Amino acid sequence: MTSTVDTPAEAGRPAPPSGLLTVGRAPAWVRYALLAVGLVAALWLPNGLYPAVAVDILCWALFAVAVDLLLGFTGLMSFGHAAFWGTSAYVTGLVAIHAGLPFPAAVLAGALTAAALAVPIGYLAVKRTGIYFAMVTLAFAQMVYYVANEWRSVTQGENGLQGVPRSFFGVDLTDDYYFYYAILPIVLLGLAAAWRIVHSPFGRVLVGIRDNPARARALGYPVHRYKLTAFVLSGFIAGLGGGLFAVGHRFVSLDVLHWTTSGKAVIVVVLGGIGTLWGAVLGAALVVRLEDWLSFSGFEAIGLVTGGIFVLVVLLFRRGIWGSAALLAKRWMARRQR
Amino acid sequence: MAGQALLSARGLTRDFRGFRAVDGVDLDVAPETVHALVGPNGAGKTTLFNLLTGFLRPTAGRIELAGRDVTGLPPEQVARLGVARSFQITSLFPQLTAQEHVELALQSSSGLGWRFWRSAKLMARYQDRAAELLDMVGLADLAHAPAEALAYGRKRALELAIALALDPKVLLLDEPTAGMGLEDVDRTVELVARVRQGRTVVMVEHNMSVVGRLADTVTVLQAGKVLVEGPYDEVRADERVITAYLGAADAAH
Repeated sequence: MTSTVDTPAEAGRPAPPSGLLTVGRAPAWVRYALLAVGLVAALWLPNGLYPAVAVDILCWALFAVAVDLLLGFTGLMSFGHAAFWGTSAYVTGLVAIHAGLPFPAAVLAGALTAAALAVPIGYLAVKRTGIYFAMVTLAFAQMVYYVANEWRSVTQGENGLQGVPRSFFGVDLTDDYYFYYAILPIVLLGLAAAWRIVHSPFGRVLVGIRDNPARARALGYPVHRYKLTAFVLSGFIAGLGGGLFAVGHRFVSLDVLHWTTSGKAVIVVVLGGIGTLWGAVLGAALVVRLEDWLSFSGFEAIGLVTGGIFVLVVLLFRRGIWGSAALLAKRWMARRQR
Repeated sequence: MAGQALLSARGLTRDFRGFRAVDGVDLDVAPETVHALVGPNGAGKTTLFNLLTGFLRPTAGRIELAGRDVTGLPPEQVARLGVARSFQITSLFPQLTAQEHVELALQSSSGLGWRFWRSAKLMARYQDRAAELLDMVGLADLAHAPAEALAYGRKRALELAIALALDPKVLLLDEPTAGMGLEDVDRTVELVARVRQGRTVVMVEHNMSVVGRLADTVTVLQAGKVLVEGPYDEVRADERVITAYLGAADAAH
């Protein structure tokens, strides 16, 4: 009787699925080969796709990686990350329009604002876990949405912010093809930052917290503060993506703060593979490309298709595309060694 | 006595929705002794453990560690002040290796865990000490096995290694031999006997032969209260204890 009453509530929580750590790390040559393929693909992308779509893929890759940092490596499912993506989009747009700064500075201002907003939201949200955490983040994101909707003097309400400039020291970036290559270094820096966070001593603690928060506390780790730090870092990376998205579209609409934007980010991560980082990038590329193709072919119910794919992934291969592929590759290599 | 005690509790009480699991417990754990908490199921042993380690807040009462009031501190702070615990139900990080567990525990006293901009390779600085601790608990060969792949007895040994990695003033072991076969019980007793040198240990234990081999002082709990406290042989002979607990346990052996 005592044991059921006394066991700390969190202690018995099953570990969420993780691609990275269950599958184990690939040999070094495989990792370098994948990195090379990824870089080549990133450099080639606007030649194979509409450059505007390629720009969207980059922005969404940052957004998805930010969500995966929480979902895959901290065990927190944020259902309100549009708050950071969208806030940064608005701040970036406003700074670019009114201050006329070069776009990287505007994006940095947007991302820092998103990170600052993540402090109070995260502070209140990390005290909850599981579905309650998701609900708290959703509630705050909805509040941000309504503030943006009502504060018309600044956000232009439903009309959105028009004419966000792409100023960069007089360089003409109006062509999306060149703009893609202008933002690629920023995106790669953001992705590298996420990779570094995951593979840092801090990242190791996060994984411990994800798998067994009670044990992490018994080791002396202040779990709430670690989760909050991860939340703020994630908010910053999501903000980088949102700011670039605003400059990329030269327009900010209320959609960037809508709950469906938060939902799409979660779908992208689950589709690509939770806890893999690479999977989030791949998922972003696939979903953005698919949505563009569907809307271009005049198909109206896009949500039906992406939603259907999401359900199939959850039912059939829960590790997502990257996680499943990594598992198959590992089995194949194990068989070859025998 | 209270002045010399390393860990002490006064009038410690905890209610769960009208049910009083721990009821005015006074406890004094002397330095460098092994102090066992025994009692029938539901006596409040694990609740008392969770109170002493900050996992539960007491409804009333006071806890002191080396004269410092630690009542109501969260578990991570209690751990940082030098109280390390193991869990009754094995509580590990399933996907980390044995060595990574110990490294994570060793790292917790430094600020390294906050360095999100540094490489995890920095944690290699703990590998020698981790290897030492794993060797001490007999896990040297399994350092790179993920925790979920370890046999039950080995998991309990790993629990002990990570508790020791915190270099605690007080080591709290919640049923260290629960669910073990005889061979593993003997190994665990030997292990605790070895690591207790120069340390203070509080353990919840059902197996009375283990208590007899290790404990200097035994506190018997019943229905959330202290029934008897004293040296093992004295407690074992106490009429009230025999009625409440030991009689049944001895008959079973």
